[in-house]
Amino acid sequence: MRIVVAVKQVPDTAEVRIDEERGTLIREGVPSILNPFDEYALEEAMKWRDELGGTVTVITMGPPQAEAVLREAVSMGADEAVLLSDRAFAGADTWATSHTLAKAVEKIGDVDIVMTGKQAIDGDTAQTGPSIAASLDWPQVTFVGSVRELNGDSMVAERYVEGGCEVIRSSLPVVITVLKDANTPRLPSLRGKMKSRKIEIPVWGREDLDLPESEVGLDGSPTRVVKITTPESTSNGEIHHGEPEDLAKLLVDSLLGSEVF
Amino acid sequence: MASIEVRKDTCVGCGICVPACPFGAITMEDSLAVISDECTLCGACESSCSFGAIIIRTGEAGGTEIDQYSGILVLAEQRDGIIDHSTLELLGEARRLAEADGSSVSVILLTEKAGNRPAELISCGADTVYLAEDTQLKHFRTEPFSKITERLITEKKPAVVLAAATTTGRDLMPRIAKNLNTGLTADCTELSIDTESGGLLQTRPAFGGNILATIVCSDTRPQMATVRPRVMKAMDPDETRTGAIEKIELQPDDLASRTEVLEFKPLDEGEVDITEAEVIVAGGRGLKAPENFDILHELANLLDGSIGASRAAIDAGWVSYPHQVGQTGKTVQPKTYIACGISGAVQHRVGMQSADLILAVNKDETAPIFEFCDVGFVGDLFEIIPFVIKEIKRRRK
Ligand SMILES: Cc1cc2nc3c(=O)[nH]c(=O)nc-3n(C[C@H](O)[C@H](O)[C@H](O)COP(=O)(O)OP(=O)(O)OC[C@H]3O[C@@H](n4cnc5c(N)ncnc54)[C@H](O)[C@@H]3O)c2cc1C
Ligand SMILES: Nc1ncnc2c1ncn2[C@@H]1O[C@H](COP(=O)(O)O)[C@@H](O)[C@H]1O
Repeated sequence: MRIVVAVKQVPDTAEVRIDEERGTLIREGVPSILNPFDEYALEEAMKWRDELGGTVTVITMGPPQAEAVLREAVSMGADEAVLLSDRAFAGADTWATSHTLAKAVEKIGDVDIVMTGKQAIDGDTAQTGPSIAASLDWPQVTFVGSVRELNGDSMVAERYVEGGCEVIRSSLPVVITVLKDANTPRLPSLRGKMKSRKIEIPVWGREDLDLPESEVGLDGSPTRVVKITTPESTSNGEIHHGEPEDLAKLLVDSLLGSEVF
Repeated sequence: MASIEVRKDTCVGCGICVPACPFGAITMEDSLAVISDECTLCGACESSCSFGAIIIRTGEAGGTEIDQYSGILVLAEQRDGIIDHSTLELLGEARRLAEADGSSVSVILLTEKAGNRPAELISCGADTVYLAEDTQLKHFRTEPFSKITERLITEKKPAVVLAAATTTGRDLMPRIAKNLNTGLTADCTELSIDTESGGLLQTRPAFGGNILATIVCSDTRPQMATVRPRVMKAMDPDETRTGAIEKIELQPDDLASRTEVLEFKPLDEGEVDITEAEVIVAGGRGLKAPENFDILHELANLLDGSIGASRAAIDAGWVSYPHQVGQTGKTVQPKTYIACGISGAVQHRVGMQSADLILAVNKDETAPIFEFCDVGFVGDLFEIIPFVIKEIKRRRK
């Protein structure tokens, strides 16, 4: 079984602060982390590799320093890693990102499953996984809570949707996007940490992937951010202090005004 | 290749672009804007500069003939023959956008049996309903739905395509957008038409709700967006509205699929989907122990509501994950949200800020939740909530 997991380096949004006066993000000193959702995708991949044998390859597209998340994934147990990095990749939206990632999957070759996290916490789009599937013309199963069965030519997975869960069978190869509660990601092992320090990580650029300039980075991106604002604070609420019993009465008063009482 | 350039002769050194950059990539040196490697070519500075001194070159524009595209297409969602409310919201929003430039609103419905659903869609804002009926369209499956929709888009050339940001919309739309080589914006909370270009301005929260980004798709068509449910308003059904129903001819391999739904397991009874709840009573770390959720359950039952929780309460194992509200949990929009012992971190806020009424009980008056709730109560929840329960019972008598 050959599984590729696409992982992303993201700023820790819990640490992102807003400069209220200027209305911009303060990125200085904000640590970069492995996108939390991707840990679950990685664990799901490694779980099945441990059971069936094979390799787990992690890939990421990003600036040179994004290599750090690949090393982190190797320390957790991934077998191989590839960094997709090129100045020409900058400014990519989900179209160009998935296009580039899909090319890398083709170059790796003989891949049975591509796994991504459900979404990245910086963009929150959840679009990359299905777009990779479209680029490769593979089937896709999104919002996967767990992979129930896997063998040489098919997979059964649970897909969580509004109001319930679909049990879906798909032929291989397939792209899946993995939810947060799929499993409990393992911690880095000592062996993994040693391996992560030594492993050679190849870097593939635009030409290695045989992609024209018009299909990567900003040039290959149909969408563009034109404005960024901070959400207006809706702070004109009333705040009450006082004895618990009085506060409770006021609380019930506010419920009375709504339709729910 | 794409590049960014500051025109030295035009830049007056006003510095307006420095705060406009969300990545802090611009500094002023000798009264000239200098752009560092942090730049992602997002374009925020380009539009902030009143002197046209910052230029982003994007290479060749796409090949789509934009003028040929017009109107708005909505992808309808149904389960067991019932149209999802999010579809009606999209129609309401599409109608509002269409009024702006006098274009038309169409909707595609793929279902087992349509019954009088097309009439319902028309009364809620559609001018044309494109309809395909087949027993194999009873359940959503990615491949048939994307194939049929892609063909319709290629034929009808709508300028805008909208779907709800549900698990269905978020599965289907990226596949379609990639195949049609056009842009897609996820989970929008605001749409409008740019009066200058006629393009669609798509606004969505990003970075865990820390910022709102407005996104355009200027060179390719259609402009595609998924829209967060329960944000847009459906119109009141107007039975006198008229519209056309057009059948989609299915082709032999339209229904082929490499995935197959073996089974649908509905949520266990009592395990309600909190995204559907009208009242949510939510608890956080302030609850201190799992058994303390009992008083929240009692309050929720009185109000016919459901239980929500912050990630801290989930991580502690007090409540199960389906109840988590926030960035890595669910986005809810109940009529009333009562937050108890929740500090109101931004990752929690993005999941519940569009509730109609937010009430907060917290003993720390500096808790961020008091900055955005509608009515806040500073005090100990273990003292206040039991009185609330008593008071509701008393007044109901
Ligand atoms: C990538 C990422 C994703 C995240 N996603 C989510 C998400 O989806 N949802 C989410 O909720 N969080 C999420 N978080 C976590 C978030 O940052 C906060 O840590 C979390 O929401 C805090 O939960 P809390 O408010 O219950 O706990 P705390 O912040 O510890 O707040 C507890 C509050 O209870 C009050 N309190 C204590 N005792 C009492 C009492 N007796 N009476 C009244 N008040 C009392 C305290 O004053 C305090 O304000 C995420 C974080 C990250 C980094
Ligand atoms: N630049 C990237 N490199 C590798 N994987 C990515 C990248 N961007 C997104 N992904 C993957 O796609 C998932 C969804 O991301 P997004 O569509 O940005 O929400 C992430 O959880 C990753 O698994």
